Amino acid sequence: MENIVIIGAGPAGISAALYAARGNLNPLVINNGIGALEKAEKIENYYGLEQPVSGRELYERGLAQAEALGVRVIEAEVLGISGFDTFTVKTTAGDFDTVSVILATGGKRTAPKIPGLREFEGRGVSYCAVCDAFFYRGKEVAVVGNGDFALHEAEQLRNVTQDVTIYTDGKKPEFSREHPISVNTMKIQAIEGEDKVSGLLMQSDASVQEAETQVKSFYPADGVFIALGTAGSTEIARQMGAEITDKGNIKINEEMETTIPGLFAAGDCTGGLLQVSKAVYEGSMAAISAGKYVRSKKSS
Amino acid sequence: MAKAITAANFEQEVLKAEKPVLLDFWATWCGPCMRQGPIVEELAEEGYCVGKIDVDQEPELAQKFRIMSIPTLLIFRNGQEAERLVGLTPKETIKELLDK
Repeated sequence: MENIVIIGAGPAGISAALYAARGNLNPLVINNGIGALEKAEKIENYYGLEQPVSGRELYERGLAQAEALGVRVIEAEVLGISGFDTFTVKTTAGDFDTVSVILATGGKRTAPKIPGLREFEGRGVSYCAVCDAFFYRGKEVAVVGNGDFALHEAEQLRNVTQDVTIYTDGKKPEFSREHPISVNTMKIQAIEGEDKVSGLLMQSDASVQEAETQVKSFYPADGVFIALGTAGSTEIARQMGAEITDKGNIKINEEMETTIPGLFAAGDCTGGLLQVSKAVYEGSMAAISAGKYVRSKKSS
Repeated sequence: MAKAITAANFEQEVLKAEKPVLLDFWATWCGPCMRQGPIVEELAEEGYCVGKIDVDQEPELAQKFRIMSIPTLLIFRNGQEAERLVGLTPKETIKELLDK
């Protein structure tokens, strides 16, 4: 059983790892790539930087710093977290049991602007296959997304219905393994229905057909499950039942604890200033709080 | 304490209730539902009428009220569905609607 699993290796995740490692908590970091720092060409407003550094350089220095301290960093994608008293972090590199988790994967992915998405939430549109698969026994369901997170959600749904299709919304399929689930790569125009979802209105791939001959077509579905990109902190927190603010960020208290005991969050996923300085503070604080939590849990 | 609502007691406990009734559709395997549970339980302790419907035990009720996502909370007033809240909902939001 791990003490602290930190998801994300940006400024928040690595700062958390440094504090946890120095506190003898032997944290495990799950890294799935650089995130928003990639886009930062120059960082000039962070303490102590006489010469600006690129986001990538800062990210790499952070990783090297953690590894120099003996922090274990594994490359994997997180698929979900389950459990109530302790947690199991499901990843593409296996499952990890842990006493506490720090979510630090960066900001929320922008929700797709598919017409009908908001309108049909709870009336066919769902964000949690584990929670809602039950209602779609033997029905036709669509999973909107691409990659292993979408595949994981689709496989959850396959337990209750054979009729599962992944819709990549115009993107080339990116799955790390073979799977039997059908995939539709057309661009989504809208989620349609009356009092509940009836299906997806699609537009055929412009690169395949001439613009004039583009045919809109309707694919029936009783349920549409949203599983975009990799599972970000907010998606994970939402699936676990942690409170999300109106702005779509993870709700935390001053100790960086979410509304679930033992689950902490730091950095862009909690909203506010999207700055390295704020991520560093929150990561440090999250590690200190998680440390206290782990010790109290172990002594009880 | 929140009451377990079934097809058998639905009419008596919900439709014929004089006060507004909060109904929590839930299941044991749903993470967010397990977080919602203690919140509705607190409201029951505060004197609100609260019923819990386990969708595994009462699939007909879930179907009748077109529940497609859990947790879903319904508020019944005078035997009619007056409010519908989908997803984990904070206590204050529920309370405001119950007090309306």
